[in-house]
Amino acid sequence: MNAETPMAPANIVKAAKANILQGINAAIADAMEEDENVIALGEDLADPEEGGVCGVTKGLSSRFGEHRVRSTPISEQAIIGAAIGASLVGFKPIAEIMLMNFTTVAMDMIVNHAAKLRFMSGGQTHVPIVIRTMTGTGFASGGQHCDYLEAWFAHTAGIKVVAPSSPKDAYGLMRSAIDDPDPVLFIENLPTYWSPAEAPEKGHRVPIGKANVLSEGSDVTIIAYARMIQEAMPAVAKLKEAGISAELIDLRTIAPWDRETVVKSVARTGRAIIVHEAVTPFGAGAEIAAVLNEELFGRLKAPVRRLGGAFCPVPFSKPLETAFAPQTADIVAAAEALVKS
Amino acid sequence: MSNRATPDAATQLEIYRRMALIKANDERSRKVIMNGRLVMPYYSPRGQEVIPSAISVNLTDEDYICTIYRGSHDQLAKGLPLKDLWAEVAGRTTGTCKGKGGPMHVTYPAKGIMVTTGIVGSTMPIANGLAWGSQLRGDGRVTVASFGDGAANIGAFHESLNLAAVWKLPVIFVCQNNEWGEHTAYDKTSNVKVADRAAAYGMPGVRVDGNDPFEMYAVAQEAIARARAGEGPTLIEAMTYRFFGHVFGDADAYMDKARKADAMANDPVPRFRAQLIETGIATEEQLAEMEAAIEKEIDEAVEFALASDFPVVEELKRDVFAEEMA
Ligand SMILES: Cc1ncc(C[n+]2csc(CCOP(=O)(O)OP(=O)(O)O)c2C)c(N)n1
Ligand SMILES: [Mg+2]
Repeated sequence: MNAETPMAPANIVKAAKANILQGINAAIADAMEEDENVIALGEDLADPEEGGVCGVTKGLSSRFGEHRVRSTPISEQAIIGAAIGASLVGFKPIAEIMLMNFTTVAMDMIVNHAAKLRFMSGGQTHVPIVIRTMTGTGFASGGQHCDYLEAWFAHTAGIKVVAPSSPKDAYGLMRSAIDDPDPVLFIENLPTYWSPAEAPEKGHRVPIGKANVLSEGSDVTIIAYARMIQEAMPAVAKLKEAGISAELIDLRTIAPWDRETVVKSVARTGRAIIVHEAVTPFGAGAEIAAVLNEELFGRLKAPVRRLGGAFCPVPFSKPLETAFAPQTADIVAAAEALVKS
Repeated sequence: MSNRATPDAATQLEIYRRMALIKANDERSRKVIMNGRLVMPYYSPRGQEVIPSAISVNLTDEDYICTIYRGSHDQLAKGLPLKDLWAEVAGRTTGTCKGKGGPMHVTYPAKGIMVTTGIVGSTMPIANGLAWGSQLRGDGRVTVASFGDGAANIGAFHESLNLAAVWKLPVIFVCQNNEWGEHTAYDKTSNVKVADRAAAYGMPGVRVDGNDPFEMYAVAQEAIARARAGEGPTLIEAMTYRFFGHVFGDADAYMDKARKADAMANDPVPRFRAQLIETGIATEEQLAEMEAAIEKEIDEAVEFALASDFPVVEELKRDVFAEEMA
């Protein structure tokens, strides 16, 4: 499948309760309803253009008007620039960069401007924008359409980075991102858009910077986010069968990440595995591992492990693409090795 | 151009005051750096005084500008107080940005100075957003995006002009063509006039003598009126000349000596000064008094800045986010 024209995979039953895509849509709609300063822009965003390539913003322009939900030319710098400018004068723009790889052509606007204007102006101006972007392997889109580049942004002072893994978190983090007085990069995972789960409640907020302990355990802490949660959940169950008690933390926010929750957990279990789809070198896992070593040196029962994408461009061929990102079996094997070591 | 607006006497005087202020401030800046009292990257706007002076008399404090590292002329013309500017470029806590931005990032929303960027070509995308805000609110404000001739070759120029035209944004793109982008002559970087590119986006493009206050005033007034009336953006290419090297300390050996001497002989500031006296708009005494007042104000600003405190190191943790960092 081509990521430019995605469709729900045929085997996924339409939402029983709600899916992530609906969670995001509802969050934007509720925010726009409550605050007329919330506006949105991006390629194909409005309803005449079908509400986004995946339909995440479907219905919004019909409801709130095309002046507030605006389709743009294919001009990523202009999209982020317009969002920044409008935010400087009191608007709360939600800019969509269709795919995360396309943020690369807007890096100047994001990194040199959105992230820095508050500091460089001595606090006189600030940039309360949300940048929505989707990504993720699994749809055979090859090397330029599914990278996880969160570390690039987490490495930049002045921007926050979130990556929800459930409809509730998608809704709650989107509401918090829109409320936030600073720029927030909101990473959406394409392959899991349509996964149904518990529906969010209207008005629900998930605080930025707060992780979620999805399952408690005592032998090893698995720290993951985005689609990796779907790989880690079955790993926890399999480890349990093997007599290993794993704690699973959904980080939800990558920058600023929830050090307190993670450090507390690893202090207890003495072992940690960080799992992300982004390539391993210099990734978020490296930062988390470094902090765990700084905080818990001598109390760790085993070296901190990182499981990330292979250090290569995302491959096209199915077996290679599958092997690129960490899978349930990799997590199980890594946890077993740590516990046995 | 006979049917174009001519600034009235008071406006002419005001344009000159802004030009004289920019010139005097530039001369003082170079002197203060030369004397070692201040260390900063300094991009002289000398020779380009007319452009922002003749534009800004058509703007109010509510209108926005985005400008660049070579921007002290744009900022002063828009009403930036000298003390705030000097304290900022001296890195003091009393500066516009508490000394955290410096000369390349002077920001002063009280006068509509929303962004100063050190990235070539980056005023335009953000200016569009400010203008989009005005369009949504219907507040009648306009945004002026300043940039150099070199910036016209950055991708953001194309994206921004196209978007502004399609969305009919109340924005004026002002290319200050000083013939140079760092050490490279404009001729070597483009086969066409910057103004001619406007046609490609479906907006008016005007090349104007940016050193002629009347021409510059008239062209700016038309573009601003168009923007305020909801008729969309205009691209103005204001022809001018950079009197010095790119940045203070650049010996400008690459610049043609005769061309430079010619430009300096046609210095727009004394030229307009003489014209004001000749046409009876002002007397020599009046202008001398005005210039003396400017010098005095600069004296005070420099001393204020240099006597001000540097920011405390805790500032490293402030203004990164709304909430101070741990
Ligand atoms: C994106 C980017 N590329 C290169 C530079 C380095 N640089 C700074 S100023 C400049 C020349 C720009 O010339 P122009 O746009 O004509 O403006 P001027 O300096 O003449 O006012 C260059 C190349 C930069 N700051 N940003
Ligand atoms: Mg130039």
